Amino acid sequence: MEQDRYELNKNLAQMLKGGVIMDVTTPDQAKIAEDAGACAVMALERIPADIRAAGGVSRMSNPGMIKEIQAVVSIPVMAKCRIGHFVEAQVLEAIEIDYIDESEVLSPADDVYHIDKTRFQVPFVCGAKDLGEALRRISEGAAMIRTKGEPGTGDIIQAVRHMRKIMGEIRALTAKRADELYEAAKQLAAPSELVQFVAKNGRLPVVNFAAGGVATPADAALMMQVGAEGVFVGSGIFKTGDPAKRAAAIVKAVTNFTDAKLIAELSENLGEAMVGINEQEINLLMAERGK
Amino acid sequence: MKIGILALQGAFIEHKIMLDALDVENFEIRQRADFSRDMDGLIIPGGESTVIGKLLAELELLEPIKNAAENGLPIFGACAGMILLAQKIIDGMTCLGVMDTVVRRNAYGRQLGSFRTQAPFGGIGEIPMVFIRAPYITEAGEAVEILATVDGNIVAARQNNLLATAFHPELTGDLRVHQYFLSML
Repeated sequence: MEQDRYELNKNLAQMLKGGVIMDVTTPDQAKIAEDAGACAVMALERIPADIRAAGGVSRMSNPGMIKEIQAVVSIPVMAKCRIGHFVEAQVLEAIEIDYIDESEVLSPADDVYHIDKTRFQVPFVCGAKDLGEALRRISEGAAMIRTKGEPGTGDIIQAVRHMRKIMGEIRALTAKRADELYEAAKQLAAPSELVQFVAKNGRLPVVNFAAGGVATPADAALMMQVGAEGVFVGSGIFKTGDPAKRAAAIVKAVTNFTDAKLIAELSENLGEAMVGINEQEINLLMAERGK
Repeated sequence: MKIGILALQGAFIEHKIMLDALDVENFEIRQRADFSRDMDGLIIPGGESTVIGKLLAELELLEPIKNAAENGLPIFGACAGMILLAQKIIDGMTCLGVMDTVVRRNAYGRQLGSFRTQAPFGGIGEIPMVFIRAPYITEAGEAVEILATVDGNIVAARQNNLLATAFHPELTGDLRVHQYFLSML
């Protein structure tokens, strides 16, 4: 991939900042999400909570369904492929998807190699639990990073843990002497040049969103306050009593994430939140897929 | 001199970085109360125009900004900002509707259609232009001065106190479009 294309792909993620990307499974849901203020939608056949409940192998969505969603909304449309499944990624590129999520929510197709994302024209977003993982994905060509969190749980703890870890490791790098960065790169198992960029700039070289377990306006604002530049909401919207209202409330909470009075108003009477499951109750930790 | 930057969603920090580089005082506008502060100009950044338009209405910023535009406040809209300023949007809802233009959203298609180029801009020479799922102007009224075209399409225009670009000068290191805007103040 030429350098210009990679820059343009990072630029698209910059345009999504301060926004909410919502999981949708039908054109109707996509329209509800767009009307509620989503800055992009993630088209998938089942939301993570249902993938978790159903078990079995989870794959890329039906391209026909993705195209139907592309036809009804004007905002960017993203879709997921399995970790390492570069042919699913080729298919998504062929239907001109705006962003590919190489995602641990689906069953991994390769337990060693991630996709060589530099070979694609369309951008990729990848999940990460820590700084080393984020930089490895970026070195493979990811143009955007998100925390892994624990998808489909409605439990924010893992997303908080991952974001705090990444931000803490970034802060630690900025305090290091130049000659200490080579050892830091070794410890992080990440390329030296990327480690040096982070140390110098105090941020990742790409946009960093929160994902996994966001269920309320306060969850979304919490993620923004610990350093996220925007938020993915998966099962947290269409698994609830009033998806349109909750979605719109989360959008506003992300814009005014430090205004507690507004977030209090937004949190009123949203209907039933997703029930969720606690991390101790989970048998399958999706965040452990791909390192 | 003080510039407000609409910070509801999108690439607003990138404009702050440009203004900081030009030593121009600036602040973010996230809600109605922020807009009551003194300002000499306003920047509406790139992002998703549907999101910013909706939040403008719900946060009660739409009318105040519209009134300010009509009363001569210099406003620079980039990409989504160009869409929000336009009087008519093809297959879309008008937002501020203060600039006598018709705008086509996603005029270059999906992300694969995003591109970078160089073109002359209103008397300041050739500048780098980054187009991300960008719009362009299909029709402009008599009061609108066309500042730049790419492949025959209008990608930058000015109408008195209003400046609109389909591309993102804030994503390049080139400060000249921001300097041009500041010269309108």
